[in-house]
Amino acid sequence: MESSALEVTAFFLDYANLFLLLFFLLCGQIGERRHYRSILAREKALSRISTTTLKNVNFPAEKVVDVRMVCGHVVLCADGFRRVLAFFRGLFGGPVRSFEAMLDRARREALLRMKEEAGEASMIVSVRVETPSVTGIDNTYRWWGGIEVVAYGTAVTLKD
Amino acid sequence: MFVTNMESVPAMKIVKHHGMVTGSTVRARNIFVDIGQWIKGLFGGELKGYSRLLADVRAQAVERMAMQAGELGANAVINVRFATSTISLGAAEIYAYGTAVEVRSEEYGAGEEYGE
Repeated sequence: MESSALEVTAFFLDYANLFLLLFFLLCGQIGERRHYRSILAREKALSRISTTTLKNVNFPAEKVVDVRMVCGHVVLCADGFRRVLAFFRGLFGGPVRSFEAMLDRARREALLRMKEEAGEASMIVSVRVETPSVTGIDNTYRWWGGIEVVAYGTAVTLKD
Repeated sequence: MFVTNMESVPAMKIVKHHGMVTGSTVRARNIFVDIGQWIKGLFGGELKGYSRLLADVRAQAVERMAMQAGELGANAVINVRFATSTISLGAAEIYAYGTAVEVRSEEYGAGEEYGE
């Protein structure tokens, strides 16, 4: 009885790295699916706010109520499993699919937060999306597999 | 104070330019936060500590820029741009710059002279 328990423990310890990686994979997948669900729901809810990248839009003067700048920030990180995948992909070259989904999530989340900050505004003009690297030193950061996205624009509130 | 990254304030007329205004913030990271975020990063997902840091730093840079514009007597900052740089190992800078202008509602009429 005791020896079998020991064997099981030894088996787990031998493959600890592998199990850890699988655990990270599981966490990452669950997190991503949950995140996408929330993104889709909020995108539908906030679809009334239109966005444009144009610098100048001629609004009728008597209709403009409020003008202010809005920002949305997000910092996402790839889980341990994806980092290993990306490392091997880096050896052979080619598209890193595991990071593409993360970039997509980060951009959409940043735009959504910008819209959420806009609140009652009817339009966001002059939208810009940036990926600064503030929280990390470039080299370590790449190894981390993290991404920061900032979306900002000018929210204009119009009277009906 | 109107702060916008458009080239003009909607429904307003620019009556005076006050030149360029800038605001910058340097914020260092906390080593304990770093370690915590590193561990959290292994599981993937959002790093809320860093998101908040980014938001705080940007808000402060814009605030400083707006303050400078206020001192010049402007009531709007247009064409705002951001620049980021990592100065040293632990610190990061966000730099906000724009043009301070004085704007007036268009209701005053196009032909009217400013000041009288």
